[in-house]
Amino acid sequence: MKDKLEKEKEAAQPRALPPKQTVTLTINGTERQLELEPWVSLLDMLREQLHLTGTKVGCNHGQCGACTILLDGKRINSCLTLAVMHDGAEITTIEGLAKDGELHPVQQGFIVHDAFQCGYCTPGQICSVVGLVSEGKARTLDDIRDLMSGNICRCGAYNNIVKVVQEELERSKAQ
Amino acid sequence: MSTNQIGKPTNRVDGRAKVTGEAKYAAEFHVPDLAHGVVVNSAIAKGKIKKIDTSKAMAVEGVFKVITHENRKDYACYDKDFKDMDAPPGSPFRPLYNGNILFNMQPVALVVAETLELARYAATLVEVAYEEEAHETDFEANRGEAYVPEKYNSTTPPKPWGNPEEALAKADVKVEVEYAHPTEHHNPMEMHATVAVWEENGKLTVYDKIQGVENTLQYITSSFGLPKEKVHVLSPFVGGAFGSGLRPQYQSFLAVLAALELKRPVRVMLTRPQMFSFGHRPRTTQRFALGASKDGKLEALIQDVFAETSTFEDYSEDVVIWPGLLYKCDNMKFSHKLVALDEYTPLDMRAPGGTTGIFALESAVDELAYKLGMDPLVFRLKNYTDKDQNNDLPFSSKELRACYIQGAEKFGWEQRSKEPRSMRNGHQLVGWGVAHGAWEAQQAKASAKAVLTTDGKLTISSATADIGTGTYTVMTQIAAETLGLPLEDVTFKLGDTSLPFAPLEGGSKTVSTVGSAVKKVCEKIGEKLLRLAQQQANSPLKDAELKDVTFTDGRLHLKSDTAKAVSFKEIMQLGQREQLEEEVSSKPSEEQKKFARFAHSVAFVEVKVDEDLGAIQVSRIVTAIAGGRIINPKTAKSQIMGAAVWGIGVALEEESVMDNNYGRFMNHDLEKYHVPVNADVHDIDVIFVEEQDTIVNALGAKGLGEIGIVSIAPAIVNAVFHATGKRIRHLPIKLDKLL
Amino acid sequence: MKPFTYSRANEERAAVKEIAASKGAKFIAGGTNLLDLMKMNVMQPAHLVDITHLGMKAIEENQAGGLRLGALVTNADTAYHPLVEQRYPLLSHAILAGASAQLRNKATDGGNLLQRTRCDYFYDTQTACNKREPGTGCSAIKGYNRNLAILGTSEYCIATYPSDMAVALAALEAKVNVTGPDGDRVIPMGDFHRLPGDTPHIDTNLQENELITSIDLPAKGFADHYAYVKVRDRASYAFALVSVAAGLELDGDTIKEARVALGGVAQKPWRLPEAEAMLQGQQASKENFGKVAAAYLQGAKGYGDNDFKIELAKRAIVRALLLATEMEGKS
Repeated sequence: MKDKLEKEKEAAQPRALPPKQTVTLTINGTERQLELEPWVSLLDMLREQLHLTGTKVGCNHGQCGACTILLDGKRINSCLTLAVMHDGAEITTIEGLAKDGELHPVQQGFIVHDAFQCGYCTPGQICSVVGLVSEGKARTLDDIRDLMSGNICRCGAYNNIVKVVQEELERSKAQ
Repeated sequence: MSTNQIGKPTNRVDGRAKVTGEAKYAAEFHVPDLAHGVVVNSAIAKGKIKKIDTSKAMAVEGVFKVITHENRKDYACYDKDFKDMDAPPGSPFRPLYNGNILFNMQPVALVVAETLELARYAATLVEVAYEEEAHETDFEANRGEAYVPEKYNSTTPPKPWGNPEEALAKADVKVEVEYAHPTEHHNPMEMHATVAVWEENGKLTVYDKIQGVENTLQYITSSFGLPKEKVHVLSPFVGGAFGSGLRPQYQSFLAVLAALELKRPVRVMLTRPQMFSFGHRPRTTQRFALGASKDGKLEALIQDVFAETSTFEDYSEDVVIWPGLLYKCDNMKFSHKLVALDEYTPLDMRAPGGTTGIFALESAVDELAYKLGMDPLVFRLKNYTDKDQNNDLPFSSKELRACYIQGAEKFGWEQRSKEPRSMRNGHQLVGWGVAHGAWEAQQAKASAKAVLTTDGKLTISSATADIGTGTYTVMTQIAAETLGLPLEDVTFKLGDTSLPFAPLEGGSKTVSTVGSAVKKVCEKIGEKLLRLAQQQANSPLKDAELKDVTFTDGRLHLKSDTAKAVSFKEIMQLGQREQLEEEVSSKPSEEQKKFARFAHSVAFVEVKVDEDLGAIQVSRIVTAIAGGRIINPKTAKSQIMGAAVWGIGVALEEESVMDNNYGRFMNHDLEKYHVPVNADVHDIDVIFVEEQDTIVNALGAKGLGEIGIVSIAPAIVNAVFHATGKRIRHLPIKLDKLL
Repeated sequence: MKPFTYSRANEERAAVKEIAASKGAKFIAGGTNLLDLMKMNVMQPAHLVDITHLGMKAIEENQAGGLRLGALVTNADTAYHPLVEQRYPLLSHAILAGASAQLRNKATDGGNLLQRTRCDYFYDTQTACNKREPGTGCSAIKGYNRNLAILGTSEYCIATYPSDMAVALAALEAKVNVTGPDGDRVIPMGDFHRLPGDTPHIDTNLQENELITSIDLPAKGFADHYAYVKVRDRASYAFALVSVAAGLELDGDTIKEARVALGGVAQKPWRLPEAEAMLQGQQASKENFGKVAAAYLQGAKGYGDNDFKIELAKRAIVRALLLATEMEGKS
C-alpha cells in the first residue's frame, strides 16, 4: 500500500513530455500519417490536428455521445480512446458519410424528419444510427430508444431521430 | 409556385451544413498559430487568493503564459463597463479582476499553451493558496435574510387587487402549500467557447458562443476600452444555449484578454464541469395560498416567492405574473424576494420564471381541484380569464379554450378515472394530469438589410442568432414569401456584427422581432421594384399601386391581370441597376401596448409509475399550442417536442446539487446531472390551434421557444399525483420520493 | 491530464514484466474509465502499456463445461455472443443494462471489473476523498451521497463499485483468471473486489502488477429462471441506484438453488450465500422472497440522501426473484 501511495505522489510532480509517435490511420478512406504524443485522444486528433470538426466535443468523458465515430465500422466515443492505440485502424467520421456529394440516407433522413435543432449532437447521432443499423440488434421501438440513449440531444429531437432509425432499419432490411 | 412559403413544413435551410459536419461552431474556427487557453477554477466559494504560484506551469515547454489577477493587463474597472445587454442590477463579475473569490469554481487563472493537451496539463500545475471565509450557499438556511430588491430585472410584481386575505379566510376550500424548484444548469451540448483572433493592425475577430453577437461586441469593447470598429464578432452556429448564451460568459472575456496580451489568436473552450460555474436557473421556493367557493370559483390567491441570487447581482425573473394571466380571480397578491448566496448570478434558462412559477401554480390549482372534487380541466374552464388582470388589459388573442378542447379530445381526457390511484397496468400505476401555461409574445426593435441582384438572388441579413430555433429557415421563408421568390434564391445571414442590429435571441421573440424587420425590408425592395418598373415607358404596371401587385416566382404582376407582369431581372436590367439594396428598422406598434400579448399552451400527460420501485415513465404527452401564425410547422413542432422533453427533465431529472460544506455544485457533469435520454421519451403529440392575431406583430406569429415547456412539468406532477395519490411539491420527482 | 509514455505489448509475459519494471505504470485496454479518470487527474499513470494486441479476445468453452470470456472481449461482443445469450442471459441482460452502445463497443470484460467508483467527490480533485488521496477524509459521508453505498461501508469511504456486468458475474460465481510476476492464479468473483475498511484506495485484490487474462463462467447459467433488475434515475445511460441479479433453479414451485447479487449498494457486488440458502427447498413466493430481501439488507446503513436505497433494494430483490420465477411478466 505504501508503495502505491508513493508512486502516486511522484506522479503529481511535473513530468517530462513524452516523445511523439508515428500513427497511420485511414480516415474517411484516406490514409493519414501523423506524429502524435500519446496523450492525444482520437477526438482531439480529428478536431485539432486534422480540423475535422464535424466530430463534436460535448463532455470529453463518454457522457454524451457527441463525439461518436465509427472505428473499424463500430460506433465508439472518440473522446475516450487514445489516437496512438489505433495505428492501422479505419475511421469514418461525419465528413466521410456522404459519397461524391450525395448524402448518406441517414443524413438525408435527419433533414427530412427534422431530427435536430442546434445540430451540435447531430454528427454523433448520425454516426450512432449508422453503427446501430449495422449492429443489427434493434428489433423494437424500445430497443431503438435504448440503443440510441448514448447520444444526448439537449434540443430534444429524440422522436424525430427514432423515425430516421426506423426508416433506415427498413431500408437496410429491404437491401 | 413560390408563394405561400409561410406555413409550409420546409426542411431547415441549414440542414445540409449540420448533417455533414460543415456547420462551424465557435471553437471550430482554426487559424494559424492558434493558442489554447484552459481555465483554472477556484476550489472555494468565498475568500481571497493568498498566493497563486504559476512557476511549475510556466516551466512546461510550450506554455506561453499563465494569466492571473496579479499579472493581467489593465482593463476597465467600473461596473458599467462590464454591464452586458442582459446584466441584472448590481456589480457584474469581472474575471481575474482581483484575488477575491465570490463563488466556487470562479476562474482564477488562464493557462495559454501551444496545444490543447499542454494547456490542460499545465492547468493542473497551477497552485493556489486561499484564505477561506465562511460561505453561505444554503438556500433554506438563508431564507430569513430574503429581501425585496431595489430593482427587479424582471417585471415588477403586480400590485395586489381585491382583498386576498379576507377572501381566503372566507373561502370554502383552501390550499396552503409550499413548492420548491431546484437549481438547474442549461447544459447545451456545445460547451461555451470563444476564438479571439488578434491581427497585426490591432483588429480583433471574435468567434463566440452567444445568443446575439451585439452583446459580445458591447461587452468586449467596453470592458477592454476598444473601439467598436476594431472588433468583429461572429457566431454563425450555436450548439444550443437555452439562455446560457444570453450573457458573454467568462471564456469570451478570457480569450480576448489572452489574445490582446499575447498578440496572437487564442481559443478558450470550457469543460463540462465548468459549464456549472456560471449562470443557472435559480432555486425558487413558492408559498401558495388558494381559496375557492364550493362550486369551484377561485376566490383568493396569494403567491410568495423566494429565489436565489448572487451576492453581487440581483437577478429576478417573472415568477409571479402567471396567476393574473391564467385565472380569473378578484383577490390576488404577490411577493418576490431574493436570497443572496455565495454563488454565481442566476441566468435566464428556457422560460425563466414561467417554468418555476407555472409548475407551482398549476400544481396548487390541481390540489385545489381535487379538494373540490372537480375535474381539473373543468376548474380551469370555470376560472378562465379573458383579461390580463395584472395590467387590466385585454388579450390580443387567446385561443386557450381551443387548446383545451382539441388537446382533451386527442388525449381522450373524458375517459379519465376520477380518483387518484385508480388506474393500473400490472405493477404500474397509471395517472393522467393536465396543466396549462402562457408565455409572453414580445417584439423588440431590430434592423434588417436586403440586397436583390440581377440574377434574382436575394440576400437578407440581420445580426440575430440561430440557436437551433430555426432562424435561418423561417427568415428565409418570410423573405421568400414577401417577394415571391423560390426558397433557394434567398439567403439569410446572421450572427455577425457587421450586419444590421438585432437584439439577443431570447424570450421567444426572434420571429416576431427579426421576422417583422425582414418582412418590412422585403416590402421596401418590392416597392423599389415597382417604382423602377414604372420608370420604363410602356410599363404594364404603370398606374399600379403596391396593393395592386403581387410578387410571384421572381416576377411582379398585377393582381387583376397576371399577364401584366415583368420579371425582377428585366426591371433591374432596364433600370440599369446591378442591385437593389434596402435597410430598415422595425419596432413594435403603439397599438400593441393596449393589449396583453401571450402565447398559450395546455399539456395532457400520462405517466406510468412502478408501484414498488417508484420509477416513472412519461408514456404519453399531448400538448396543444396557441402561438399565433405558425411560420414553419415542421421546425415549430420540433421546438415544442423539444420543450416537452425539457419538461420531462424539469419534472423528473434535473437538479444541480449544492454541497453546502464546499459551497460547490457536486454533480457537475452529464453523468451526474441527468437530462433526458432517448429512452426517457415516448409519444409526444403536438397540436397547433388556429389563432389569428393582427396586433402582436406584422406576421401574426407569437414565438414558440418557451411556450412548449411551461405546462409540461406541472402536468407530469399532476399525473404522478393521479397515479400514486402522492403530491410531490419538490422537483425533481426522483423515484425515492415515491417509495 | 498528466504526460505519460506509451508502449504496446505484444505478449502477455512481456506486458507483465514491463508493468512491473515501470513506476506508476498501468495497463490500458478499452480505456473508457481509465482515460476518463486521467482527464480528471484522478488517476495519473506515468506509463501506459497497451494490451489490446495481446489476444485474449475469444469466448470459448472451458474445461468445467462453462464459458471462458477473454479479458479483452468487449462488453458488447460478450452480451451478444450466441453462447452467452443462450446459456447466460443474466449476464447479457446485465451488460446491456449498463453504459451505452458506444461504451460497450470499447469497454472490455477485464476492464469492467476494474471500473472505479463514480462518487462525485472521487472525481473532483478539489474535494477530500480517501479513495483518491488516502488520509484526506471522506466528503461524501456528510455531503451528497444519494448514489453511494449502504452496505460494507467504513468511516473512511462509502463509495460504490458501479458495474452491472460484475453483479451478474457475482451471482453466477464466475472466477477471474489473472497472471502476474509470480505466475497465474484464480480469484473467485466474491473475493475480487474489496470493501473500503481503512484502505479505501485499494479497490480489488488484484495485485499491483497482475493482469486479468480471462473470466470463467461455471456450467450453471440459470438460463431458465433469471432476472436483472436495474433501478436508476433515468431509463437508460445511468448508473444503478440499486440493481439485482437473480438466478433460480426451480423444481416446480420449489426452489432448488437461488442466487442473488446486489449492485449499486457497496464497493463490491453484494452476495449473501447464507441468505440465498434460506430459499433452498422453499416455495417460490413473495413472502419468502421478502425474507431473503430483509436478510440481505440487515445491517445496511444510510447516510442521509441514500437512506431510501435500503427499502428500494429490498423491493428490487423481491421484484427480481418474482421475475425470475416468472410470477410477473418480464419488463
